[in-house]
Amino acid sequence: MPVITYSEALRQALREAMTNDPRVFIIGEDVVHYDSAYGVTKGFEKEFGPERIKDMPIAEAGYAGLGIGAAMNGLRPIVEMMTTNFAILALDMIINHAAKLHYMFGGQFTCPIVFRMPNGYGQLSATHSQAFDNYYAYMPGLKVVVPGTPYDAKGLMKAAIEDPDPVIFIEHTGIYNIKGEVPEESYTVPIGKSNLLRDGKDVTIVGYGRMIPYCQQAVETLASEGIDAALVDLRTIRPLDMEPVLESFRKTNRAVIATEEWTSVGVGSEIAARLYTEGFDHLDAPIWRVGFDEVPMPYAKNLEAHVVPNADSVIQAVKNVLAGKTQKIRQQ
Amino acid sequence: MEKQDLLADYRTMVLIRSFEEHCQQQYTRARIGGFLHLYVGQEAVAVGAIGALKAQDHLVTHYRDHGHALARGLEPKPLMAELFGRSTGTGKGKGGSMHFADKNKNFWGGYAIVGAHLLLAMGIAYSIKYKREVLGQADQDGVVMCFFGDGATNGGEFYEAVSMAALYKLPIVFLCENNEFAMGTPLSVHTSVTEIHKKASPFMPGERVNGNDVEEMRARALYAVNHARTEGPYFLEAMTYRLRGHSAADPQMYRTRDDINARRSGDPIALLKQKLIDQNLLTEKQAKQIDKEVEKEMDVVVQFAEESPAPDLSEAWTEIYSKPL
Repeated sequence: MPVITYSEALRQALREAMTNDPRVFIIGEDVVHYDSAYGVTKGFEKEFGPERIKDMPIAEAGYAGLGIGAAMNGLRPIVEMMTTNFAILALDMIINHAAKLHYMFGGQFTCPIVFRMPNGYGQLSATHSQAFDNYYAYMPGLKVVVPGTPYDAKGLMKAAIEDPDPVIFIEHTGIYNIKGEVPEESYTVPIGKSNLLRDGKDVTIVGYGRMIPYCQQAVETLASEGIDAALVDLRTIRPLDMEPVLESFRKTNRAVIATEEWTSVGVGSEIAARLYTEGFDHLDAPIWRVGFDEVPMPYAKNLEAHVVPNADSVIQAVKNVLAGKTQKIRQQ
Repeated sequence: MEKQDLLADYRTMVLIRSFEEHCQQQYTRARIGGFLHLYVGQEAVAVGAIGALKAQDHLVTHYRDHGHALARGLEPKPLMAELFGRSTGTGKGKGGSMHFADKNKNFWGGYAIVGAHLLLAMGIAYSIKYKREVLGQADQDGVVMCFFGDGATNGGEFYEAVSMAALYKLPIVFLCENNEFAMGTPLSVHTSVTEIHKKASPFMPGERVNGNDVEEMRARALYAVNHARTEGPYFLEAMTYRLRGHSAADPQMYRTRDDINARRSGDPIALLKQKLIDQNLLTEKQAKQIDKEVEKEMDVVVQFAEESPAPDLSEAWTEIYSKPL
């Protein structure tokens, strides 16, 4: 099977959808003349023509609304928000409109749209290094997918484009270049299905998105130290599929939740709550969560590295869980 | 250009007025909940402008949407049922007053986040052009008409919508119903450019029209729609006045009863009635007869809503997604 990058996997899915369905079109900031900020759709204009991929003004609400209106009227827009930081300018469009249309008009309108947006950081400081996964995962009516492997990136993108409802597709600049096996042929990965990536008996690590490669590294290191960790990739954070998590947790009785977000009131908080409520009888130790330190992202390289999670953060959290320690979340 | 049937327009305006009066009554009797924004005083705008649309054209509007729905030909019964929160409503009782819609009439709904729906309307217009030019659907020649109030023209969405509509030369008519108040804030307090159409003038042609004169409204809307269909976006600022509160629960501290009474001379229904009588197209007796017929129809409409069942509780969990999980 070919080994390709996460970015190339996304590109294959997008190209396939663009080729097969003329209703699919891409709009976003700098997708044509700049030739795609992160290169995912590089060269698409030459391949598909100027009407199928279009540069948008820096007016996030504007082009999000353009996409939603076009989706309501039968097209299949893919809206590329350059980053999740800018996408919050379009929150009203996504939350009050895309997510609500079908329900509040009694099922008369649908909104088959995909919003692509990468998280990420890299000395970009406070306003360019954020994660808002929980904003979208909070909202009934949305589907939110966050692939952590190249295989899932392609399969979930295909599923998102084919889905009749609005899908928030959260990528990450830090993993565009990770590699993995990806079939050349067409396939989809179902939205709303978590995936047990590794079985284990000592602790269940739950993560998604950018944390998956870190968790995979952590699991290998832990294995070399004789700790047998299971790893569940949520893949979708709304609708949430807890069953594979609980199934593993019932065996390990311990959990670490690794999400790249501020820990308080995050997606990880919900996973912890579900484990405490649905898995209460199986709980043998306090759950630990791994995330950003709760500060606005600093610029200096050493400060930034100090406050973001990585494989070591996951390893340390696992050891703390196994030692039965209690986690204190620091907010200031 | 088809000749305008002023008598039919008069009847529709009376229907809208009567529908709204019945809404007020039913709201007072607690049969209608939530926010209720009545269209009383603005009827000529909806009837004049929407009458300029063809079946293939599209309509997107704001939360004060009853008049637009009725002018577009939506049946009053499912509208009243929606207000009563009944399963026979246009939104099966899930949307309420601010979210009337009928897909079959290209009535894309009332929206309640002020200014935001201009962008959806722009997107629908974009899709029409895309279908025609990219998908080769030659029959896609619809125009989108988007209604909003003067209060919607200060936020960023307004400028994003008019700028992008002009950039892509979209088939859209932006129609501002200038009723002089953004909820309770007077025009002169909420905006620096009180001639609203001038806000769009860098982007597209437009004009101010007398929104209380259904004949003028129709004539200029026909021009605007034709312009949108053949050349690109057009802007209409319809001057009108809301004779009721912002919502049914509005104590109207921002204006006096005298202020309102002074504007009753501009009541579009009274103006049209006088015009029709002057032109020997209507007599007082016939006008009374129309009132009576409409009143009778409304009794049936209210009865339909009353007798309709409330939604089954299981309905709370349907239609969250179009494809159930």
